[in-house]
Order: sequence, then structure tokens, then C-alpha cells
Amino acid sequence: MPRSTFEHKLERLQDELLVLGSMVEDALVESVDALKHQDLERAKQVIRGDDAINGKRYAIEAGVLALIATQQPMASDLRVLASVLEIATELERIGDYAKGTGRINLLIGVEPLIKPLIDLPLMAEIVRDMLHRALEALVRRDAELAIAVAGRDSEIDALYNQVYRELLTFVMCDPRAIEQTMQLLWVGHNLERAADRVTNICERVIFTVNGAVIELGGRDDMGVEGLV
Amino acid sequence: MTDMVLNEAKQAVLSATDADAQGVCPVSNADGDCAILVRDLHVYYGGFRALKDVDLRIASRQITAIIGPSGCGKSTMLRSFNRMNELVPTARTEGQVVFRGKNIYDPDVDAVEVRRRIGMVFQKPNPFPKSIYENVAWGARINGFRGNMDGLVESSLSHAALWDEVKDKLQQSALALSGGQQQRLCIARAIAVRPEIILMDEPASALDPIATLKIEELMRELARDYTIVVVTHNMQQAARVSDSTAFFMMDEDRAGYLVEYGPTRQLFTNPHDKRTEDYITGRFG
Repeated sequence: MPRSTFEHKLERLQDELLVLGSMVEDALVESVDALKHQDLERAKQVIRGDDAINGKRYAIEAGVLALIATQQPMASDLRVLASVLEIATELERIGDYAKGTGRINLLIGVEPLIKPLIDLPLMAEIVRDMLHRALEALVRRDAELAIAVAGRDSEIDALYNQVYRELLTFVMCDPRAIEQTMQLLWVGHNLERAADRVTNICERVIFTVNGAVIELGGRDDMGVEGLV
Repeated sequence: MTDMVLNEAKQAVLSATDADAQGVCPVSNADGDCAILVRDLHVYYGGFRALKDVDLRIASRQITAIIGPSGCGKSTMLRSFNRMNELVPTARTEGQVVFRGKNIYDPDVDAVEVRRRIGMVFQKPNPFPKSIYENVAWGARINGFRGNMDGLVESSLSHAALWDEVKDKLQQSALALSGGQQQRLCIARAIAVRPEIILMDEPASALDPIATLKIEELMRELARDYTIVVVTHNMQQAARVSDSTAFFMMDEDRAGYLVEYGPTRQLFTNPHDKRTEDYITGRFG
């Protein structure tokens, strides 16, 4: 192969991106599960783990820039590198949402939760699955899978609306619950935004496959019927 | 200088007119017009077919790059735009190259006039062993220019981004200039005869990176007033400097043919043809 060195390095960068994706998936689910169980130590671990996510993101970015500078990639190679760069950024921001959820866990502390958490962990699981499959679509260069994954963003929006309404009823019943309600709502918002970023990743997958730049929707859909 | 050298040098300077016709022009300029239209072009050297079935439309006042692996007919394509191939004794051309509504291969067309209006700059700078001034003035003089020669020399050198560097030594030998300066002098010499189109055959391949960038900047400047067609082996250069790119390959008989022609940005980021993709990503060729 005339460009085996380049191809090897490109492959490695994509592998590193998958590692980053795996770290972010774990952080996202772990942060919500730690909140569900009010496990402050695990929340701290998620917060500390964000440094590793950031470091991995910047390492990938440096690798992409080095390949662009030294190999002058063209066409599909260039699109892959541009996508890796952007997806790494999206993943890092999803990692930030996990860290934010960890911080909310610490803010709530040992104060009992106003209700057992059911929908928020479900949202986290769906976003994790979306993210996993979006990265699978990237590896397989499967635009149809990317579109299908992005379609699940509406499930997240629906769950977020449900969480919002449910939390509203708690506030109406007991104004003292306002602070924790706002905190839990923020966790829901983090998850909703994480799903939007997965949608962005899906758009990048399509760009990688065929160069098309399309909006898969959901980017401007902030959930709660556009109110939040 | 012998007659033969003079003739060769004259061909090097000469240039030509415009053809509006149908065809696909991948990038339109502001006027949407077309400088050269190639129809069903075949070029032979003796029994060898060097180029086949080429249909191409070159947009006015834009830069069109021709890329492809060695031997795919890039230079033959370029030289067919101003009948330079005819200088090869066995060369034969079929099809049309339409410039200003006229096929330049029609029997009543003067090849010398074609080459005046469609000038050429070569891979290796080839200034005459004369002064800087004479290098620029010579082509205009033999074409009967009777105006202000000093003004023409200055404007040509200025257009070629060389005036500031040579204005105090116009009578010095052109051969004392650096390679990059010599190439810009050759461009000044080409534009002094008021061509409409400038053909460039790997104009920077013999230059260092700084001189190369100067030539590329100059090409962008010149594209405001001239139509430029450039052959280059350097794909980065094609990507940097051109508006449209034509990718050529050769078939099993080594005849060159056009594979893909499109806006440079599209061709280098999302080519339509797998062969283009493979070539520009370095997976063959």
C-alpha cells in the first residue's frame, strides 16, 4: 500500500476516539447511577475522571493536526480527520455533562432525594446506547445507522418533558423542594443536551461517509416543548 | 541567436481569443462565460494516441488545474490549447478547441496568432540571454507594438510582481536573477504581448517553497485579468491555487482521458469518481 503508514495512523486515531467514547459512556451512566444511589465517592470519581477525558480529547486533536500537517490528507481521508476532530470535541462536552451531574450529586449531598430516580437513569442508558451506536456507525461508515440513532433523540426529549412535568408537581406540593427540583431538572437537561451532541456526531458520520452536511434535527430542540 | 532559437522563443511568448459554446463548466465566473471549449479531442504522436475523447470547458478569468499521474496526457492537453503540439513533427490532432467561437485547428487559423493570444509559461524558467528590459520588450516588439515600451515593460513587470525587485537594474542580464525571479520574468514576458489566456506547465516545480508561494500568489492576482490553465504534479498546489480541477488518467493503451472535472474544493474534499479519490488520497499513482 502506498500510504500504509498514514492509514495505520488514521486507524489508530479512530481507535483512540472509540476509547474516548467508551470513557464518556461510562462517565455518563456512572454519574447518574451514583446520583440515584447518592454515592458521593463515585460522584467524585466521575468528576476526577473528567481530566482523563479532556486529556484524551486533546491527544486526539494533536494527532489529527499532526496528520493534517504531515500527510496532507485529501477527500475521504480529510473528511474522516475533520470528523474525528469534531466528534472528539462533542465527546468531551458530553463528559462535561457527566461531571456536572457528579457536582449536582455533591450539592444534594446526603439530603434525601424527593423521589426515587427512574426516568433520569433511563435517559442515561438510552443516551449511552445512542452514543455507542453512533460510534459504531462511524466505524462501519454506515449513514443509515447514524440516521436511525439520531431518530432516538425524540425519545430523550419525551422523557425530559416527562421529568419536567413530574418535578413541577413536586414543587407545587412542597415549595421547599424547589432547590433539589432545580438540581434534578438540570441533570435532565444535561442528558437531553448529551443526546443532542450524539445527534451532532451522527451528522458527522454522514459527512464522513458521503460528504453531505445535513441537519438531523434535535439540535435546536431543547426539550420541555422548547421552553427550557 | 539563431533563427531556430528565435522561433522557439517566439512560440514560448506567444498567445490568443474566446469561445462561447455549450459544455459543462464546473465553476462559473461572474460573467458565467467560457474561455476555451474542447470538443471530442484526440491527440496522436505518430501511431500513439496520447489523448482521447476529451470534452472540457475552461472558465474565463479563473484558474483551472490539470492533474494526473505521469504519462496521462496533462502536458499534451495543455499544449493542445495553443497548438504547441504541432511543434512535434508527428503530432496530429482531431476534434475541436474552440476559442472565441472559432476552432483553433481550422486551416485558416494562424497558429502564431493563436500562440500570441494563448501564451505559455514553462516548467523551467527560460529567459533570453539578454537584459531584463529586453526580455519583456522583445515579444511586444516583434508583434509590432508601437506604443510606450517603457510603460509596457513596467506594467508587465508590475503585473508579474517583479517590478519592485528589478526596477533599478533593468539593463542587467536576466540570467543573473534567481530562479523564482526568472520565472516571474517569463510570466511578465508572456503578459507583455497581451494574451487572454496563460498556460502554465508546472511553473513552480523547479523553485524553492518560498518562490513557489510567490508564483502561486501571482497566479491568483493574474486570474483577475487572465484565464489560467496550469498543469501540476503537486496536488497541494492545485488545491491551493485553482478554482476548477481536471483529473486525467490513462487507459491500458496509455491514452490519456479525462476522469473527473469539477470545482477544486469539491474534487479535493468529496470527489465523485473512485479513481479520483484513490489518486488524490495517494492510494495509487
